[in-house]
Amino acid sequence: MLIELHNIHKTYDNGQPLHVLKGIDLGIEQGEFVSIMGASGSGKSTLLNILGILDNYDEGEYWLDGKLIKNLSEKEAAHYRNQMIGFVFQSFNLINFKTAVENVELPLYYQGFGRKKRNELAMRYLEHFGLAEWATHYPNELSGGQKQRVAIARALITNPRILLADEPTGALDSKTSVEVMNLLTDLNRTEKVTIIVVTHESGVANCTDKIIHIKDGIIGETTMNEQHKASVFGTSTIMK
Amino acid sequence: MRRKILRFDIDTYREITDALVRNKRRSLLTGFGIFWGLFMLLFLIGGGKGVKSLLMRNFEGFASNSIVIAANETTKPYKGFKEGRSWNLQYTDIERLKVLVPELEVVTPELPEWGLSATRDEYNVSCHAKGVRADYVKVETPSMKFGRFLNEVDVQQKRKVCVIGERIWQSLFPDGDDPCGQFIRVGSVYYQVIGVDVSTSNINIGGSSAESVTLPITVMRDLLNSGESVGMICAIGREGVNMSDLEGKIRQVIARQHYIDPKDEEAIMVLNMEVMFRIMDNLFRGVNFLIWMVGIGTLLAGAIGVSNIMLVVVRERTVEIGIRRAIGATPRDILSQIVLEGVALTIVAGSSGIVFSVLLLQLLEVIAQHKTIFQIDFGTAMAALLLLGLLGLLAGIAPARRAMNIKPVDAMRDE
Ligand SMILES: Nc1ncnc2c1ncn2[C@@H]1O[C@H](COP(=O)(O)OP(=O)(O)OP(=O)(O)O)[C@@H](O)[C@H]1O
Ligand SMILES: [Mg+2]
Repeated sequence: MLIELHNIHKTYDNGQPLHVLKGIDLGIEQGEFVSIMGASGSGKSTLLNILGILDNYDEGEYWLDGKLIKNLSEKEAAHYRNQMIGFVFQSFNLINFKTAVENVELPLYYQGFGRKKRNELAMRYLEHFGLAEWATHYPNELSGGQKQRVAIARALITNPRILLADEPTGALDSKTSVEVMNLLTDLNRTEKVTIIVVTHESGVANCTDKIIHIKDGIIGETTMNEQHKASVFGTSTIMK
Repeated sequence: MRRKILRFDIDTYREITDALVRNKRRSLLTGFGIFWGLFMLLFLIGGGKGVKSLLMRNFEGFASNSIVIAANETTKPYKGFKEGRSWNLQYTDIERLKVLVPELEVVTPELPEWGLSATRDEYNVSCHAKGVRADYVKVETPSMKFGRFLNEVDVQQKRKVCVIGERIWQSLFPDGDDPCGQFIRVGSVYYQVIGVDVSTSNINIGGSSAESVTLPITVMRDLLNSGESVGMICAIGREGVNMSDLEGKIRQVIARQHYIDPKDEEAIMVLNMEVMFRIMDNLFRGVNFLIWMVGIGTLLAGAIGVSNIMLVVVRERTVEIGIRRAIGATPRDILSQIVLEGVALTIVAGSSGIVFSVLLLQLLEVIAQHKTIFQIDFGTAMAALLLLGLLGLLAGIAPARRAMNIKPVDAMRDE
């Protein structure tokens, strides 16, 4: 198992304690393509942040590639985020005073790569995603779909084992959403990257092989979706 | 492969300059605080120095251990003489002082005359004259632009020669030529000019040296028909002698000779330069203290301002820092980024502050003419920069701590 969660609890405490995750048990194998669905406020993002070591949890155990992720030092956590995990956000989260290529190469900067090497690799990823001519543009000069592809390139440049995406199509129209999902599917098929997508769009979930439903802070049913028939709208369309 | 803290290479440099240059507004805002604090401090220090040297011009050339003695009406009756009696200093007082007060190195007379005018061709200027001996140079060092000062032979042979002050030279010789050898008329007598003294001293009683015509005392004596009387006696103490200690003894010698009550302080006017210099010194020490207080206050206010702006900037950059953390930056990476950005800003803004204040002070120096020193020295500038660096480091603590505490989840916060 690449990812193993045992009885994960998470409580936010802003004056009034809010018990969001109430005992999550979850296992994800290397190379899986999984989506997490659930109502707004059900704790999807919270769970994904814990998986990405962006946030910590209160109770339970999280094993990542055989290593217990608990009470890590900031340095260790940063190391795992940098080496193992790529993160894609709904709002893209590109640094707006850096060009597309500079955004993509930033994770390599923190790995200590030289400028030339970084630039070379980043350009290769941008080319792969059809963004070569946009390399020197700033994020505010790019469309939503282009921004998200830049963000995915940034997530992938360190060659991570896991790609976590929190509503990656949330800010995109249906056509661009399909493009982005095709891109992710392709990555999963050819590069064998383990991908976990949080979404509340059934069309998006339908692109994945396994749909995990989360409800009231625990895992509800898990639908196997190898046939991609989960969406009533048919395959390869995403209704907005 | 991990980068060490504060490792500085071309990549770090680019990362930092990019962050600063591409966020001009906040860089300018922060930089201006640093610039202004340093500029104000240095400008104040330079300004204080300039004012000091301006005032010091009044003392220029004057021996600091000298006193000037002049006669005044008595204010106390003594030995059958009524109060209100006029008396005069005499040449014999000079010899007497020399013998009875051996601590004095030079004792020399001066015969002043006010309200004169000097004329050459169609040029005319009001002036005052003083007759002195050649050894007067020890009391007030002249700075000769042309020619020479009076010598012993001039005095002995009663030569009708004169040394003129700067303003008289400018008025009578507007072309700025060397006037030596030319004749000017003072009162009804013609004198040959032998030198121009451009010292700026304002000390001598009755007006500045710029407006004075200096004559051999023997010539002046005949002119005024002053007999044995002298207007003033100037005296200089030997090396290491404290003139304030001698003042009483000098008064005593003169009082006894002229039948003046030894307690009659007003009858014998004694101008002690040492006291004047001490007063000036204290004054400047006070002014300097004030300048440093105000300057450091400005710098401190600047540092606090910078600290505040940096706090706001860090808050503004929360998402950016969160993103950096989410893609693998350690808190140390973030810290070194913030600190190095601060250092780069300080260096650029600080040196512009120094350059700007140096330029402005230079301008003042040009405006204020020669011999006035506004310019700060290299050491002062470096000390100020060091002080600034220290304050900057202190100012950066709170913002840097806040930046380090930003969590990767903060990247998810709404922009
Ligand atoms: N930092 C936080 N502090 C306090 N409460 C939080 C915090 N983050 C999330 N919450 C709360 O926890 C609950 C779960 O949030 P979460 O973002 O995980 O939901 P979600 O399933 O991603 O919802 P959505 O589909 O709207 O994105 C929500 O009620 C939210 O208000
Ligand atoms: Mg969410």
